[in-house]
Amino acid sequence: MASVTIEPTAARDLAAKGGKPQRLAPNYWPFVMPALVVIGAVIVFPWVFTLWMSVNSWTLGQEQTFAGLDNYIRLAGDMRFWESMWHTLVYTALSVIAPLILGTLAALIFDGEFPLRGFLRGVFVMPMMATPVAIALVWTMMFHPQLGVLNYLLSLVGIGAQEWIYNQSTVIPALVLVETWQWTPLIMLIVLGGLAAVPREPYESAEIDGANAWQKFRYLTLPMIAPFLMIGVIIRSIDAVKSFDIIYAMTQGGPGTASETINIYLYNTAFSYYDIGYGSAMAVVFFFVIIALSFVLMMVRARTNWSDMEDR
Amino acid sequence: MIPKLTHRAWNRLGLFFVALVMISPVILFFVWMISLSLKYEIDNGAYPPILIPENIAWSNYAKVFEENNFLLYFWNSILVTGAATILALVIGVPAGYGIARLKAEKAAMVIMIARMTPGLSFLIPLFLLFQWMNLLGTLWPQIIIHLVVTVPIVVWIMIGYFETTPKELEEAASIDGATSWQVFRLVALPIAKPGIVVAFILAVIFSWNNFVFGIVLASRETRTLPVAVYNMLSFEQVSWGPLAAAALIVTLPVLVLTMFAQKQIVAGLTAGAVKGG
Repeated sequence: MASVTIEPTAARDLAAKGGKPQRLAPNYWPFVMPALVVIGAVIVFPWVFTLWMSVNSWTLGQEQTFAGLDNYIRLAGDMRFWESMWHTLVYTALSVIAPLILGTLAALIFDGEFPLRGFLRGVFVMPMMATPVAIALVWTMMFHPQLGVLNYLLSLVGIGAQEWIYNQSTVIPALVLVETWQWTPLIMLIVLGGLAAVPREPYESAEIDGANAWQKFRYLTLPMIAPFLMIGVIIRSIDAVKSFDIIYAMTQGGPGTASETINIYLYNTAFSYYDIGYGSAMAVVFFFVIIALSFVLMMVRARTNWSDMEDR
Repeated sequence: MIPKLTHRAWNRLGLFFVALVMISPVILFFVWMISLSLKYEIDNGAYPPILIPENIAWSNYAKVFEENNFLLYFWNSILVTGAATILALVIGVPAGYGIARLKAEKAAMVIMIARMTPGLSFLIPLFLLFQWMNLLGTLWPQIIIHLVVTVPIVVWIMIGYFETTPKELEEAASIDGATSWQVFRLVALPIAKPGIVVAFILAVIFSWNNFVFGIVLASRETRTLPVAVYNMLSFEQVSWGPLAAAALIVTLPVLVLTMFAQKQIVAGLTAGAVKGG
């Protein structure tokens, strides 16, 4: 269990010093144990408990009975659940694509040299670290149809007033706007890391061949930063799919249920209706949705690297 | 030579303005947030909107602290974030070291999956557990559940960091007869200081910002700041000035930290430390 292979150099040192080998094999398990206990208590135990609750029927304050797969069957026929799945899908797709495009653009800009670059980058990163609830409240005020500053700004460029989060058909795009505002910097940072590793020479020969800026981006930069874009897509998808703070603070899933994602519906089920069994079943399904999503993305990522290798 | 130089200078200036346009939504947002927090209701309700009012309403800030128990909630936030971060460092730094040296990929996998799991799915069982243990009404449930956020961040960053620090020095020390604890304490830990700083900062930020655990677990006396500011929305006549002031107070510590520790935050986030919960 605690076997640690001593590397050749270390073994040679040992021999030179005349020490007894093996006596020194360090035991690393005591370092890990406390964390294993804590992770077991606050992470693994809840997983197992949720799984158990999901096959029980239990609303807080009522009697708990074993229900088998009833909760899952109920879930399969629950239109509100399928709607929330659809909202989650739309919300996630938009919240990945928009930051991906804008973040790449920002990275290309911040990869260049200009005055105050470090400071401006610091400002740009601020939304990502700011407290989501605080941000959401200010956006709510800015979205206000009559008194909000956004409709005023739109009127300056001749666009009519929008209802933003107060209209069923615009609520998800409006929430995505906030999400994009907040998380574009993350994509920017990741892509910036990729751009730092891009070599100069291909660009010089491309310039000699008379390639324009778009061609250089499309055929040189894009393939080279593709693996980094993929990492960005993975992280962003996982975060967007379980986005809670912004949606809950701004709309609580409304108007009606127009912006109710799985996470919000799960919250309402478990902590507004106190339907613990049903909420647990939803949590289990949601968990597997995220695992499946990550798995698919990892597969795509493996393929990106592979085709990238083939191009060379 | 001279035209080439000016060409470069023009390029730099051009990029500067493009970058300015790119970050203008960020600047506009925060400027407007400050403006909202410093205006009386009449000015906040004015159309067309007023950016800089004639009378500055500093009283909005005073109101936040007077009427909403904000000092208590500020203190709660400090206690919860402080305890959850310190505990996570005490537990997580050695664990990151152990996992990196053992190359225990399964343990790393658990951490990875924990980070992907939505915070709500931890909340149902732990909520019931805390209720059963009669802990609701104290800060303990929140401190414990914030470990769900902070421990994976710390462990994850420290695994990555200890994987890059050289093993040779540690081996030399253990050959000289140091125990594994001494090797860790006297050799590995001092080298890992920059990694610990990154882990500390990110754990503080994500714990401070956490909202979902608070709305379920906090009672009237145990609210943290994000929950308190959200409750201002639902419990009183919504007046924009104090609300914006409160929002600014909640997020200001984090923004200041971001500006000063930009390098560490960038390093941590690009190492894959996504927000937990």
